[in-house]
Amino acid sequence: MEWLIQILNSVQYGLLLFLVASGLTLIFGIMGVINLAHGSFYMIGAYLAFTLSSLTGSLWLALPLGIALSAALGLVLEWALISRLYRRNHLYQVLLTFGLILIFEELRSIIVGDDVHSVAIPAVLAASLPLTETLSYPVYRLFISAVCLALAGLMYVTIQKTRFGMMIRAAASNPEMATSLGLDIRWIHALVFAAGVALAAFAGMIAAPVSSVFPGMGNQVLIVCFVIVVIGGIGSLKGALIAALLIGFADTFGKVLLPEVASIAVYLLMAVVLLFRPLGLFGRA
Amino acid sequence: MKRSLLPWLVVAGVLLLLFPLVAEKFYLQLVTKIMILSIFALSLDLLVGYTGLVSLGHAAYFGIAAYTYALAAPSADPANVWLTLPLALAASAAAALLIGALVVRTSGVYFIMVTLAFAQMAYYFFHDTRVAGGSDGIYVNTRPDAIVPGLDLADDLHFYYFVFAALAIVFALLAVILRSPFGRALQGIKANEHRMRTLGFATLRYKLAAFVLAGTIAGLAGYLAAAKEGYVNPEMMAWHQSGAVLMMLILGGMGTLVGAVLGAFSYVLLQEWFSALTKHWQLLMGGFIVAAVLLLPQGLVGLPRLLLRRRGLRSVQPNDD
Amino acid sequence: MTDRRQFMQQAGALASAAAIGGLSPSIARAQTAKLRVGMMLPYTGTYAALGTAITQGFKLAVEETGGNLGGRALEYFTVDDESEPSKATDNANKLVQRDKVDLLLGTVHSGVVMAMVKVARDNGTLLIIPNAGANAATGGQCAPNIFRTSFSNWQPAHPMGKVMYDRGHRKVVTLTWKYGAGEESIESFKEAFTKLGGSIAKEMYLPFPNVEFQPFITEIASLKPDAVFVFFAGGGAVKLTRDYAAAGLKDKIPLYGTGFLTDGTLEAQGASAQGLLTTLHYGDGIENAKNKQFRYNYGKKYGVQADVYAVQGYDAALLLHGGLNAVKGSFGDKKALYGALEKVKIDSPRGPWTMSKAHNPIQDIYLRKVDGNANQVIGVAWKALEDPARGCKMTAA
Repeated sequence: MEWLIQILNSVQYGLLLFLVASGLTLIFGIMGVINLAHGSFYMIGAYLAFTLSSLTGSLWLALPLGIALSAALGLVLEWALISRLYRRNHLYQVLLTFGLILIFEELRSIIVGDDVHSVAIPAVLAASLPLTETLSYPVYRLFISAVCLALAGLMYVTIQKTRFGMMIRAAASNPEMATSLGLDIRWIHALVFAAGVALAAFAGMIAAPVSSVFPGMGNQVLIVCFVIVVIGGIGSLKGALIAALLIGFADTFGKVLLPEVASIAVYLLMAVVLLFRPLGLFGRA
Repeated sequence: MKRSLLPWLVVAGVLLLLFPLVAEKFYLQLVTKIMILSIFALSLDLLVGYTGLVSLGHAAYFGIAAYTYALAAPSADPANVWLTLPLALAASAAAALLIGALVVRTSGVYFIMVTLAFAQMAYYFFHDTRVAGGSDGIYVNTRPDAIVPGLDLADDLHFYYFVFAALAIVFALLAVILRSPFGRALQGIKANEHRMRTLGFATLRYKLAAFVLAGTIAGLAGYLAAAKEGYVNPEMMAWHQSGAVLMMLILGGMGTLVGAVLGAFSYVLLQEWFSALTKHWQLLMGGFIVAAVLLLPQGLVGLPRLLLRRRGLRSVQPNDD
Repeated sequence: MTDRRQFMQQAGALASAAAIGGLSPSIARAQTAKLRVGMMLPYTGTYAALGTAITQGFKLAVEETGGNLGGRALEYFTVDDESEPSKATDNANKLVQRDKVDLLLGTVHSGVVMAMVKVARDNGTLLIIPNAGANAATGGQCAPNIFRTSFSNWQPAHPMGKVMYDRGHRKVVTLTWKYGAGEESIESFKEAFTKLGGSIAKEMYLPFPNVEFQPFITEIASLKPDAVFVFFAGGGAVKLTRDYAAAGLKDKIPLYGTGFLTDGTLEAQGASAQGLLTTLHYGDGIENAKNKQFRYNYGKKYGVQADVYAVQGYDAALLLHGGLNAVKGSFGDKKALYGALEKVKIDSPRGPWTMSKAHNPIQDIYLRKVDGNANQVIGVAWKALEDPARGCKMTAA
């Protein structure tokens, strides 16, 4: 029974990782932009959840507000900063977003302070399901997993089955051709970046009740997201989902079976994948 | 280009040589630290500025050499510098060879990410296991023993000149290498790898060689840093460190050796200045980085040209991205 | 030709002027009567609140003794160590070599403090540690010029072994981060608990600062021990107690920890921490006049509740005051000063305590229970507990 629960833990953790990484892979895959500030957006989401739910008294109200605010932030950043880097070497994107990390961290410290905060789980989801005589499983975690799956489905449908998705795919595979066919690339880039930021922030908001809100939470998440994108393949949401689940399993079972190796297990996994598939599991050249 | 810089180089060298005469102990140590970081920046410049391989995991080789020194050093007596230094360099080179072999097959965005990921692997290896003190790091109580009579590395002044000599040698070495056929090939790869391949160059091998050479020199910097502080910890290989050295290159000017050194000096002095201004200095640093990326594409080395171009005194130079 | 020579001369002159003028500010610093206090604490980042509390406690004590310590006026030099061990040596050197402080005060993080210990030993500077519990600072690396007014990692955890045994628990599981503070706490607990006859079913570790506890919580549920002992602090502590409660284990397998599990984060923990028992050298509601006075004054001056960190900073000032008084305020004879500091009896809000031979407090460890937003003291878990100072060469008297 314990193994089943650990499998449940793995899947739940993996799905959450996918949610956080989805924004990164979107921006990466469609815009070719490396966004080191991704972890910062996750953190901003968590802090938004904290401040907005304190103000409005409800996480349900905080969510749409937070999504709107972070999308707006994404639009502004793209217009002011990111758009100036498209033609330049990736190096500059790396450094600019690195600078953004420092800025966001300090702004957070100045505006909200350095304390640890928690966000209340909405009452309707606050129960725990008894699984064994000793162990219960929080319903909220199951809820997060459901949301991740729903979001994955939504993204798949949007990108593969809608007209808007078609435009995005066109812009990603051949921007010049797409422009000459009349697509406004600038707008697509702006929207995709905003969506990526909003996804990261949404992940932060939804995870806040279980992860609590503290300085440095963005940094921890960033590297894992990078590994997910490397293993899954740039631009592949399917790859990101599978990679995230693999990491969820590696991390969970690593902690229980081989604690010494647990954290490196993820990187070993990555090294092995790269040996056989240099572009990741589902990456395109 | 080199000709007009030569007098500046001589001036800089003389200044550095004479600096200890006027400097207090604290500033002596500060400039020693900057010189070590200059070596680190130079090593990355070889990779990024001349070969076009943007690595976000270069700090791994810096850290591996540092840890090798700390682990090889005996607990009570000073380590022999002529034994531990080559050992540390070998460790960095080996790591660079291993990782490089896996990584040079990729390019562009992918290369950046995988170098980052492997550096993180090294970081977590040292951070999460008790092989070398974990996140607390390890201390080495004494500076290494130089064996040569008259050279006492425990003396800050002697150590300063030791590091200066290392910097001068690395600088000269890289200048020579970059003018050699090998160096020219690297620059050709940066300009257009496809073309180099059609010309018959085995570009993968050249890239790997550059990767290993850069990693080894980074190891030299790491060894010196560990020897200076007497302390190593995993943050030496954290991606923040890799990002910082990239920043130094951008700040000073990529693709020029002088730029790397200038960048190291500017970055550290800037940090010192900002920290003295406010406890939220990282905000200033972040803002500065963003501004530098947007406004100073050629770095400080390109600043004279930029200013002259603004005044219309120079013809427009093509962007070399 | 002439141009080049001219150029060289001008450049050389300019450069030397810049070097002398800009980079070497001090010649000889005139001897002043003010005592130079170098505070190296975290003022940004996760531990910023602790750094601030320590500073505030220290300054409150200085105010109470008339704005000086031992008759000497103070001049403060501050460095934000950001709790970064990698910058620690540089930061300590800034205070010791650039600012030439007479004494170094800091810090919170054990990794940073070890760098300060090294710098203090290498330079002979007086170091007073107002928090970091690394055993080695008053153990293997102890020195005549290093004093601590807080605790060693060994101290708060040790009495919990006895407390848990006395409550009938025999089979226990431990969980913590794999770093100095975590490992030293578990070691100490294990020592006490197993000596009495208890057994540790499993010692679990996760990498610092990872907070994915689910796999371990599942493991605990399947092992079914009598109780669980943990060491966590800050955000990790909050997450652990909440995850533990959400998994329904709180009422089935009791959770215990050192005071750091519940100090400073109770509001964030809420219901999941209620009733938790912890051990620490301080707690809310200690019934002595000094504590009441201290908490009142601190609250009035700073508008926030005092905590264990404020007490430790306060005691650091008291220590210095007592020591300086005994040597008439003179910093000249270091040996006499250190000897005086060793003998000071601190009348602290936590209760009176004295210095051990290894320069660590010999103090009572309290048993506390979480009640609302406070860690209420419900008893003394161990009276006058002295850290064994393993490896310290000063205790071999």
